[in-house]
Amino acid sequence: MNDKADTGLSAAEIRDLADIAGTMVPASTELGMPGADDPAILADIVKSLGRDLARVREAVRAIGALADGALGAMHQDKREALINDCFANGGAAAAALGRVVLGAYYRDDRVLLALGMEARAPFPKGYALEQGDWSLLDAVRNRPPLWRDDRAVPGGER
Amino acid sequence: MAANEKVDVLIVGSGASGAAMAWSLAETKMRILCLEQGDWMKSTDFPSNGRDWEARRYTDFDISPNRRGRDTDYPINDDNSLMKIANFNGVGGGTLIYTAHWPRMHPSDFKVKSLDGVADDWPVDYWALERFYEENDRMMGVSGLAGDPGVPPRNPPMPPIPLGKTGTHYAKAMNKLGWHWWPSDTTVATTAYDGRAPCINLGHCTPGCAQGAKASTDITYWPLAIRAGVELRTRCRVREITTDEHGMASGAIYYDAEGKEHFQPAEVVILACNGVGTPRLLLNSASARFPDGLANSSGLVGKNLMLHPWPVVSGYVAETLDGGRGPITSMWSKQFYETDPSRDFVRGYTLQFGRTTGPANEAISSAAAGRLPWGRDHHRIYRELLDHRVNIGVACEDLPEEHNRVTLDPVLKDSNGIPAPRIDYTISENTRRMMEHGIARAEEILTAAGATRISTSRTVLNYPGHLLGTARMGDDPERSVVNGWGRSHDVKNLFIVDGSIWVTSGGVNPTSTIQALALYIADQMKQRLATLFD
Repeated sequence: MNDKADTGLSAAEIRDLADIAGTMVPASTELGMPGADDPAILADIVKSLGRDLARVREAVRAIGALADGALGAMHQDKREALINDCFANGGAAAAALGRVVLGAYYRDDRVLLALGMEARAPFPKGYALEQGDWSLLDAVRNRPPLWRDDRAVPGGER
Repeated sequence: MAANEKVDVLIVGSGASGAAMAWSLAETKMRILCLEQGDWMKSTDFPSNGRDWEARRYTDFDISPNRRGRDTDYPINDDNSLMKIANFNGVGGGTLIYTAHWPRMHPSDFKVKSLDGVADDWPVDYWALERFYEENDRMMGVSGLAGDPGVPPRNPPMPPIPLGKTGTHYAKAMNKLGWHWWPSDTTVATTAYDGRAPCINLGHCTPGCAQGAKASTDITYWPLAIRAGVELRTRCRVREITTDEHGMASGAIYYDAEGKEHFQPAEVVILACNGVGTPRLLLNSASARFPDGLANSSGLVGKNLMLHPWPVVSGYVAETLDGGRGPITSMWSKQFYETDPSRDFVRGYTLQFGRTTGPANEAISSAAAGRLPWGRDHHRIYRELLDHRVNIGVACEDLPEEHNRVTLDPVLKDSNGIPAPRIDYTISENTRRMMEHGIARAEEILTAAGATRISTSRTVLNYPGHLLGTARMGDDPERSVVNGWGRSHDVKNLFIVDGSIWVTSGGVNPTSTIQALALYIADQMKQRLATLFD
């Protein structure tokens, strides 16, 4: 039921996690995007494991086993194929790994700025939301009622 | 065990219905106490204050108590249910984490037996509740637009949330198809309202509103109720309702934050713990006199659980939309709400059009759905998804079935050792046909909107958290738990005012009706004070 867990990853597990995260979301110099194995992002991932620690550890170990403990030494094509296969098979462990990696990656300043977004919390500044085209509602305004008035239907009176 | 001073009215639960009840009864000048197992929440607690605002939807603001796991939560065994249970334990209850979508039930929803030959009619109708809907709209502060031909007349006190790029996109598609749509009523303030600041578009409203623009009962009803003399005691987890030698409720036993046991005597007990918490408490209150649980001579406590199956159909358009920079609620369609004999199911559904989500949640949900690959293609595909998503929820009416139920788990207990609820729930054949009809219509709409990559989640994890029907109201004591004004048939000073008393579920978000019904029951009690227990 309760997904809480309290202990952290070992140094070896963090190294394995870095290989996995860097394969999941690699750096792109063309787009100005760091990889998820960037030291600052990786530190945020590790710090954020919280209640997902056990499942992330399980996923890291499962991927390590599939790669015979040598994911970092594999060709990038093979690494990516292995990771995508692993996630396609689903499961709570893979889902937790994806959630934690992406949750940390897509709040990194460099990532958000490269996406053209502001690197800040929503509050207190908020965002602008345009009104949109309310004239589109003219097509709906004068339609007859769609709801059934039970007072006008036989059997509707109590 | 510590014994407290007796109160006139004891309310258990401070959420949607408990707050409305407390405020309404306060004018009687009775001594009213509400026990709440959670804490007061501060606006600075809410995720949109921080850079981790999206990730916290999966941790301490997850809508599943099992995953959230706060000290104030209790576990729920929902392993035997495709749909998972969502709730929140704190002052304001589920209103802290709801989407603030604010449709009312339709008049036909109260008469499904008379009109459509299924389930049972309610002992009250829309028109009896209408003035309480209006009163509640004023209290919670509703934004919307009058004149909707899809619903009975109502007059929201604030203008609607902007359509934005996303709503405009949907509207064009709906007009192309000739189908009904209208901006949704919501309890998101679009102007300054009764001390609340207007919405500044912090994104998804579900994990609390740092701006205080979303109405939750901690900032609407409770300040007024407390000013009127009601006492609200937090961190009080009620174990059982006690009864006296006459079979009347005598009060409640609860644990405080330190785990100390208290007895709180009361003249009247009102349960407002919603469709899982209330039957759990009644079943945990079994005694020699009430061996099957309190107020359960009908055997219906815990049965007829309705959860509102809610498929979500998603797609992606070429135009860049509003993303997560606005309330998720946008507009509704009542085109398929009422029964149509030409269909292969009875009753119907609301289509609910959503604005989408922020950058992390777009990635997380798309990766989970297999849309977003890992590796070098990740960045290219992600740019095609971010801020391009459209999604439509199909809010299906769930009809009551006794095998869908809340019982006590034989093993699982909360941190005070109180037996936890267990959920057994399956989706009925009528609802499945309704879901497929709604999914097909939503796909048509998204196709008309020019969307590609259309996909459907038939049961969305932990969604929507509507917990209804497990202590139903009715005139027949053999077929219902409470009467037409919320009083237990078996225990005449015990009332239930939350979603558990619903007879059927309608195809709408329930909070507006839960509160209107609570205000109606409070009004009935006030009219009958001299003969309340007769």
